[in-house]
Amino acid sequence: MRKPSGRNIGRNATPLKPAKPAPKPVKRRAGAQSAKTSLRDKLHSWQLHHRDSGKDALRRMRAAPTSNLMTILVIAIALALPAGLSVLLENVSALTKGWDGNAHLSVFLNDDVNEKQQRELAEQWGKKVAIVRTEVISRAQALEEYKLLSGFGDVLDALPDNPLPPLIIVYPQDTTPEALEVLQRELQKEPAVDVVQLDVEWVQRLHSMIELGTRIVSTLGIALAIAVVLVVVNTIRLAIESRREEIVVVKIVGGTDGFVRRPFLYTGFWIGLFGGITAVVLVNIALIWIDSPLDDLLALYNSDYSVAGFSAEAAFTLPIFAGLLGLTGAWVAVGRHLKDIEPQAF
Amino acid sequence: MIEFDRVTKRYANGKEALKDVSFLLPAGELTFLTGHSGAGKSTLLKLIMMIERPSTGTVQIDNQNLDHIGNSGIPFLRRKIGMVHQSHHLLFDRSVYDNVALPLIIAGFKPADIGRRVRAALDKVGLLDKEKLNPMMLSGGEQQRIGIARAVVNKPPLLLADEPTGNLDPALSAEIMDLFEDFARVGVSVLIATHDLSLIAQYQHRLLTLRDGHLITDREEVGIDA
Repeated sequence: MRKPSGRNIGRNATPLKPAKPAPKPVKRRAGAQSAKTSLRDKLHSWQLHHRDSGKDALRRMRAAPTSNLMTILVIAIALALPAGLSVLLENVSALTKGWDGNAHLSVFLNDDVNEKQQRELAEQWGKKVAIVRTEVISRAQALEEYKLLSGFGDVLDALPDNPLPPLIIVYPQDTTPEALEVLQRELQKEPAVDVVQLDVEWVQRLHSMIELGTRIVSTLGIALAIAVVLVVVNTIRLAIESRREEIVVVKIVGGTDGFVRRPFLYTGFWIGLFGGITAVVLVNIALIWIDSPLDDLLALYNSDYSVAGFSAEAAFTLPIFAGLLGLTGAWVAVGRHLKDIEPQAF
Repeated sequence: MIEFDRVTKRYANGKEALKDVSFLLPAGELTFLTGHSGAGKSTLLKLIMMIERPSTGTVQIDNQNLDHIGNSGIPFLRRKIGMVHQSHHLLFDRSVYDNVALPLIIAGFKPADIGRRVRAALDKVGLLDKEKLNPMMLSGGEQQRIGIARAVVNKPPLLLADEPTGNLDPALSAEIMDLFEDFARVGVSVLIATHDLSLIAQYQHRLLTLRDGHLITDREEVGIDA
């Protein structure tokens, strides 16, 4: 519903206030009047031109579907590669985060520590600030467990003595490698302690590898983002070249640089945006493709982790980011090539 | 409307295209500009359109000294000038209507105004019934009239024409000239650059003749090596 214009109200509504004196007849200069437009009209037409430029850019892309689809696909693949890798990395680090939380120290006590002393020790340690809780595994329990898991029950029965040491499992407050090492050293000093085992080295290695992977993906991402910009620069350069005549005419009839620039900037933005959307689709297809073998693999490790795809936020951000890359490319191309086109022929 | 005051234009290659040219074209007058090829006609038009700037001297258009207009002001000066080309410079990817509407869209007119003004301009040049066609489907004379409609749709105070009758037969040339005279009659300054001596002879209008960059006559028809 459009608001009625002021003029219509004036014409139709009954005047409540005393009628204003009639406006003086506008004196017209004899001859042609140069056309003038108000600021409000200009603003409106500026908005209109933005809308039209956006639509026109889309229409032109539809008019040359093959070449534009190729460009969009090139951009999509360039973006899908780092995006897909970063989704995988996120999954790996999400998967290993749980392992990190389970970090614990296995404290093996001397063989001569009896079960009562072992429980007292565990209780005592449990009160330390650095330790969340402790778990006592007596020699008998350890033997039972070992029998169950190893299947060497008969062999163990044949032994005269229980060869397994008493064990206290310590769950620390702080699971960073440094804190774990401090705690390990502290517990090692206890007289009853034989050896403190810290099984986190491989977790540390994994974390370094994830960190390295993140760096590599970031580097790749920057390189490919530049590639996307260059692809758009080239596409827009060709678009400018093919519309040379139109640009000349627009400049002759008084089009500002902004007016000339606008459709090309929109073209760049659209190409980037569609490239980004296609990249999201490609990554999701790839994730679906690897999902079932990956689930099988994880099941072998008793993990019920299921692969997470793009977050809604990333699926939204990537196309916008790609659109901005396209806009950047278009801006570069327009800045370089539009100045070359000036009306010359007379 | 147009005032040249001791204007000299020297190009980077050292060639002097215009030498000490002064003249004044008042509003509402139709003037011919002639001279042999390379005499400086194109340069004179380029100075008016601000495609080039003078080396020395000043050009004033509509009481505006062009020296005081920066590059960002050039589009707004050009909106005051309707330009008709020999080669029409029409866009064949859109209709006649859209070609004529282009200056209005650029100048930021309301859509309703655009429709009204475009139809008025097309009516003026007698092409109202062809607005939906592609200009490619029209004859040379009709294409030239589209170019004129586009040049005047914005009601500019100044109309420049570069060889507007160059490719047209005498009957069509006369039609085009009649249009230009109509515009001059309603107050538009019209400057027509042409080689066409018969055209100049036929219409008794003021004549500027250039030879080797000098303005040699300002009225009589002499010394033209066409």
